[in-house]
Amino acid sequence: MIEFKNIHKSFEDVHAVDDVSLRIEEGELFGFIGPDGAGKTTLFRMLNSLLIPDEGQINLFGLDPVKEYKKVRQIIGYMPGKFSLYYDLSIEENLQFFATVFGTTIEENYHLIEDIYKQIEPFKKRPAGKLSGGMKQKLALSCALIHKPRLLLLDEPTTGVDAVSRREFWEMLQKLKEKGITIVVSTPYMDEAGLCDRVALMQNGKIHAVAPPSEIVSQFSDPLYTIKVKNNYKSLQALRQWEFCENVYPFGETLHYLDKRNNVSADVIEAYLSSQQLTFDKVEMIQPDIEDCFIALTHNVG
Amino acid sequence: MNRFIAFVKKEFLHIFRDYRTMLILFIMPIAQILIFGFAITTEIKDASIAILDKSKDEVTRELTQKLLSSGYFNNDAYLTSESQIEPAFNDQRVKMVVVFEPEFGRNLQKEGTANVQLVCDASDPNQARMLSQFAEGIFASYASQGVVKGIQPEVRMFYNESLEGVYMSIPGIMAMILMLVSAMMTSISITREKEYGSMEVLLISPLKPLQIIMGKVTPYVMMALINAVSILALGYFVFGVPVKGSIILLLMECLLFTILALSLGILISTVAKNQMVAMFMSMFALMLPVILLSGFIFPVENMPLPLRIISNIIPPKWFIIIVKTIMLKGGGLLYVWKETLILIGFVVLFVTLSVKKFKIRLQ
Ligand SMILES: Nc1ncnc2c1ncn2[C@@H]1O[C@H](COP(=O)(O)OP(=O)(O)OP(=O)(O)O)[C@@H](O)[C@H]1O
Ligand SMILES: [Mg+2]
Repeated sequence: MIEFKNIHKSFEDVHAVDDVSLRIEEGELFGFIGPDGAGKTTLFRMLNSLLIPDEGQINLFGLDPVKEYKKVRQIIGYMPGKFSLYYDLSIEENLQFFATVFGTTIEENYHLIEDIYKQIEPFKKRPAGKLSGGMKQKLALSCALIHKPRLLLLDEPTTGVDAVSRREFWEMLQKLKEKGITIVVSTPYMDEAGLCDRVALMQNGKIHAVAPPSEIVSQFSDPLYTIKVKNNYKSLQALRQWEFCENVYPFGETLHYLDKRNNVSADVIEAYLSSQQLTFDKVEMIQPDIEDCFIALTHNVG
Repeated sequence: MNRFIAFVKKEFLHIFRDYRTMLILFIMPIAQILIFGFAITTEIKDASIAILDKSKDEVTRELTQKLLSSGYFNNDAYLTSESQIEPAFNDQRVKMVVVFEPEFGRNLQKEGTANVQLVCDASDPNQARMLSQFAEGIFASYASQGVVKGIQPEVRMFYNESLEGVYMSIPGIMAMILMLVSAMMTSISITREKEYGSMEVLLISPLKPLQIIMGKVTPYVMMALINAVSILALGYFVFGVPVKGSIILLLMECLLFTILALSLGILISTVAKNQMVAMFMSMFALMLPVILLSGFIFPVENMPLPLRIISNIIPPKWFIIIVKTIMLKGGGLLYVWKETLILIGFVVLFVTLSVKKFKIRLQ
């Protein structure tokens, strides 16, 4: 079990992590979801003992990362946000290096990385710098796993990786989870939240919600409309000025609109848009996804 | 221990796979010493001189012939009186005028000595000094060939001293190369790990901070020593600069200076955020003082007082003194123990500082 208790961390004038408390169970696949600067990396670095919290305690499987940092460092497999391998070393040399440094051999824990490593093994003589994003990521994951960590700590592992590789990566994480490894992962991509057992929505150093992704979506009770319009910007302005508007924001090609009233129908919204001389294709009620929830949660606070 | 070896191995791979690093490590020292060495010798190739021969005997003619065939001098004019010397200089072509006294050959035969005046254009003092020394060397070698008796064999020393430029620049080049290889390369290689994020993984690995530092430093100690040896070898074989003192002592001093430079490099890497910053800090904080204030190019004695005082806190200054003493004067530890102690003092200071600043955490 991993527990954060009232964790604070500031850098000069930035309150990077602001009173974070939460629990992660052993064997869970837990996600921290939040935009740039949310404080995910800072939180991870406090968990793996690279930073000391200004306030609060962390309990990592019964260890205190501040005092028992040596033991903590042994049980964590950490993949920093930046690609942390050596570009001029080959796949094999990278893996060999990390295995030796962490006091093990590739053979000893090969079973752990086999599924992942097999895919890149044909290119094992190639320098890491010449690999595709997805291959780099597999290598980095293999390196983080090679010493059989109890906790896998992955900071934005899918940033800058193509969609196919991202999906593959999450499948790999599912398999690792089945082997009993606790996985904590951060990501700025809302669509990846659904693949976690539980997620924490994070922004400006604060945690806004911690729950299974399905629960977060179902907690979202307000009716949500998607509006397809010709001129997004003008419509956005017009809707913002409407007295019943709770929130409206661009969402891909469309606008998402939340009304203050509980039982408003699409017709009412269409009527308002027409009255403003705005042309629209369609107004439709939809099921919110996790991104809508995130926006709603952070909107209420901000 | 395995860990440490793996780490050192990785560092060597980084070095060998980066052609720029290899260039800096191996080509640059050689290039520098050749440039410095030959820049000085080529400067005196084909310098225009004029001859004012008041004796016009066999000896002076032979000497003139020797000067002109040496390849260093070109005859520009034969002068007939002293009043022509100044105009000869003024039209900027003639760099030196050789004046043989009247009865030169006879004096030499009768009394064993004869006077020759070397009048140099001192507007370029360096060149003037070298031209005169070359000419002196040629006279001395003529004298020592046994054509004339009664001339002290020590005059041959003059000839060696005419290559003083290379003599003096070798200690400076050693200081500069060792500083560059050690301080700049380590600081860059440590900050590169920070920049690429691999430092985070190294820090949370079971590697101890001291192992990380030592692992980073070990390859560069070796490289630096290889460089020191190759500079000495080049100096010896190409320019005939001997090591008069103990080579072991000299290499130990090089090692000491290398460690000093390495600790400076580590110190820089604890402050610098990325490779660029590390490089510029090494350049400006280390290389410039080495070049300008250590006595490498400008003699310390000629500096204004404030700079002379500052030069005392420039470690290479002491190293250069040590190397000069051991190499050129053949002095032993007895002659350089003070400077050595000063260097050890610097090492203790910088190592303490850098190990203290090199943290087990990020902040
Ligand atoms: N070493 C530091 N010094 C100063 N400020 C920092 C430092 N590290 C982080 N911050 C600041 O703390 C805040 C949180 O940063 P953090 O890196 O934890 O966010 P993040 O969620 O990981 O974002 P990203 O998606 O950009 O990685 C940011 O405003 C950042 O500028
Ligand atoms: Mg981050």
